[in-house]
Amino acid sequence: MRKTFAFLALLALASPLSAETVAERAATCFACHGEHGQSTTENIPSLGGQQAPYALIQLFMFREKLRVFEPMNDMTKSFTDDDLRTFSDYIATLPKPAPPSDVGDPARMARAEALATANHCNSCHKPDFSGGDNVPRLANQREDYLAKTMREYKDNSRHGYDGTMAEVLQPVTPEQIADLAYYIARVH
Amino acid sequence: MTISLSASRSLLLAGAFFGAFTFAASAQQAAAPAAGAAPAAAPALPPGSPLIGRPDGEAAAKLAPVAAPPLAAAPDKLPLAKLKVPAGFNIEVYAAGMANARSLALSDKGTVFVGSRLVDKVYAITNKDGKREVKVLASGLYRPNGVAFHNGTLYIAELSKIDKIDNVDAVLDNPPKPTTIYDNLPKDEAHGWKFIAVGPDNKLYVPVGQPGNNVLHDDAHGQIRRMNLDGTGAEVYALGVRNSVGFDWNPENKQMYFTDNGRDWLSEDVPQDELNHVTKAGQDFGAPYCYQGNIPDPEFGWGHSCSDYVAPAGLMGPHTASLGMRFYTGDMFPKSYRNAIIVARHGSWNRTNKAGGDVVVVKLNKDGTVKSMEPLVTGFLQDNKYVGRPVDVMQLKDGSILVSDDWNGAVYRVSYGKAKVAAK
Repeated sequence: MRKTFAFLALLALASPLSAETVAERAATCFACHGEHGQSTTENIPSLGGQQAPYALIQLFMFREKLRVFEPMNDMTKSFTDDDLRTFSDYIATLPKPAPPSDVGDPARMARAEALATANHCNSCHKPDFSGGDNVPRLANQREDYLAKTMREYKDNSRHGYDGTMAEVLQPVTPEQIADLAYYIARVH
Repeated sequence: MTISLSASRSLLLAGAFFGAFTFAASAQQAAAPAAGAAPAAAPALPPGSPLIGRPDGEAAAKLAPVAAPPLAAAPDKLPLAKLKVPAGFNIEVYAAGMANARSLALSDKGTVFVGSRLVDKVYAITNKDGKREVKVLASGLYRPNGVAFHNGTLYIAELSKIDKIDNVDAVLDNPPKPTTIYDNLPKDEAHGWKFIAVGPDNKLYVPVGQPGNNVLHDDAHGQIRRMNLDGTGAEVYALGVRNSVGFDWNPENKQMYFTDNGRDWLSEDVPQDELNHVTKAGQDFGAPYCYQGNIPDPEFGWGHSCSDYVAPAGLMGPHTASLGMRFYTGDMFPKSYRNAIIVARHGSWNRTNKAGGDVVVVKLNKDGTVKSMEPLVTGFLQDNKYVGRPVDVMQLKDGSILVSDDWNGAVYRVSYGKAKVAAK
């Protein structure tokens, strides 16, 4: 009896939620990640145009607390595997972030481009930084978020899904990280 | 046994942890360095990126490491129909639903333990009256890739520590948090995940890989260590090890064989992964100075000769990621398989036409070198894409072989003859 009640209560709670379309449910995401996933908030990434397999990995890691950021851990804790897939597929359909109107200081852009080539960022992330599969799109991501993420990978405070980024950032200095973020945020 | 050498190595090792050396490359290359002869502390490790060394050019730029999906495939989505075994052999799904299933261990009661690398869990596959069930035995671990079972205890190798659960078969339904027995390990992500096994000397063996594709590592890396079952008495057992994710001991002479992954970006076809044969403690297998026994590294090989290092017993193919391996001691497979090594080759990423992605049988000559290598399970690689990736193998009591697949989060069973279904 009590079980039935609990089940009904759960159903009552769950059904309006699941009846919502993913676009409706995503309104919560946009509160922080910006309208249609175009972030205007410091250190919060834009989601638009992100590779679905990468987004799935991140949502999974948030749910499993393999990547620790409390608001995202809370947001995803009741997600089913299908929820993870639905949201990651949806994120990939959002418009990709536009390059900023500020084209950047040419000397710094050239220096950083050489650095990106030397460190082979453009290998996995592709020459246009659009990424592919488990490798994220970086092009025109927020500069502060790019720099923060590289710093966190380098000092192992953000655990990647695998060790690749921790490894490739070993030889990259903090000054170079700042240049790379500057360049990738403005890449055309 | 060269106890004195390994003892001096363990002194060196202790030294490294207390910061006496951050970069003892010269100690690494000397045959028997004097303990305490530390070179001046040097800056951080040199570049260790998997992409440094990549030649320019479009073809090379297309290659990138492949990551397994984070969710286990549903049982009906497993690629079983695509997997091929030789005539007379059968393959079936043993268990599924274990995201990122990696290394395997078997208890004396028939429980199969499964580690993971990209998630935080160790699973247990119980087997009661022919009914198998998957349980999460431990979670919240950090890259618990390695599992080993010995005298009732399960040993778990995380990225930078070793844990145990005593009497594990008695606590499957209510497992305690694993107890850490050893954590004097580097925390590098690169090649930091670990295989683990208990040797015939009742010691735990774990690899500590080089912290990058091709780096001049310090004295805490590029090796296989061994220690007592309680984590005491750690010492370096083998040197010049780039990234080993599998080893076992020859049942005939109790000597260790280990797989070692060759470096990336040298070329499409070399170096090949190594199958190495350890005949005594303290041997050096060459990384990063010499690969596959005869290729001096273009960057670090200057001033070194491949003849200074132990050459591999055999080569396992270029970039094939030869990982878990076990000697076959069962009666089920044909006689020619007896004491052969069964190796899981996870499959390449650093190669235009992917290689590996299969399970092979390696037969040895009397002198311990490799005589032949034949496929046992193929089909994980379809049209140059993975539909599955084998990580480890484990022999069941009936002589059949389990194969883990981290791409799908599943374990398969390979049997020979009419019996298609796992006994008990």
